[in-house]
Amino acid sequence: MEEDKEQAVSVPLLGQPAPAFEALTTHGTLQLDDYKGSWLILFSHPADFTPVCTTEFIAFSKIYPELQKRGVELLGLSVDSITSHIAWARNIEEKTGVKIPFPIIADLNKEVATLYGMLHPGQSKTETVRCVFIIDPDQVLRTILYYPLTTGRNMDEILRIIDCLQTSDEHHVATPADWRPGDSVIVPAPLTQEGAEERMKEKYECVDWYLCKKKL
Amino acid sequence: MPCIGPDGNPTVTGKKVLSALKAGKSTPEAVAEESGVALFRVRSGLRSLVQAGMAELSQDGSYKITEKGDALLF
Repeated sequence: MEEDKEQAVSVPLLGQPAPAFEALTTHGTLQLDDYKGSWLILFSHPADFTPVCTTEFIAFSKIYPELQKRGVELLGLSVDSITSHIAWARNIEEKTGVKIPFPIIADLNKEVATLYGMLHPGQSKTETVRCVFIIDPDQVLRTILYYPLTTGRNMDEILRIIDCLQTSDEHHVATPADWRPGDSVIVPAPLTQEGAEERMKEKYECVDWYLCKKKL
Repeated sequence: MPCIGPDGNPTVTGKKVLSALKAGKSTPEAVAEESGVALFRVRSGLRSLVQAGMAELSQDGSYKITEKGDALLF
């Protein structure tokens, strides 16, 4: 039973408000509320000064300008101290020339990690796994990604998800597999028989009534 | 704190936020636009400036610089 208790991990769910927090970061004390009105990518990494995480931080820094164009902020997190985060960020800049432009939470008491279900005891009892939480301007959780400790994240996919979400919100459409900006989008399927019959008369690219696409 | 240094004085970012307040900007959004500091940092910074007595938050949600903030600006 004790083991079962230890394995139980609380995970926030899509469509729910993102859990509120106040945390010490490399840019001072920040609250989730400080990001109201902006998109936010909250992501965790296992530990500072580790190889895969270093490649990810460089990659996140490189896509940061593209994220900013889309109104998205980045916020990192691990169970390390502020001094460790600062030393690591300075080391990355010194060794690679890449400056880390976003704040990193020092979650030594694992408060935020626990709120967001970032600790997976089957992977590590002390380190956060590679999580990505995409939070919209209303502070609702819109995407959750989990990667194992050994797999670095794909930045193209993270940018693509942001493009998909923002396009869906703006145009009330869905996006098909492997969608990229400029591709056709999916028109929501009709919910009535009458709607299905009407749909086939409309000028969409339709496979059938339930799968119709259009250009934006 | 992003706007207050360990010595209790405003940091470079803190001075940018205070300067924007002195210029009459009274909302976090206006301060962010005036100062070029990201909105999330402005919100966090204003909290710490208010705590340190360098800025005031009115009941209507607007901010203004205090005498103490003004004195530490330069």
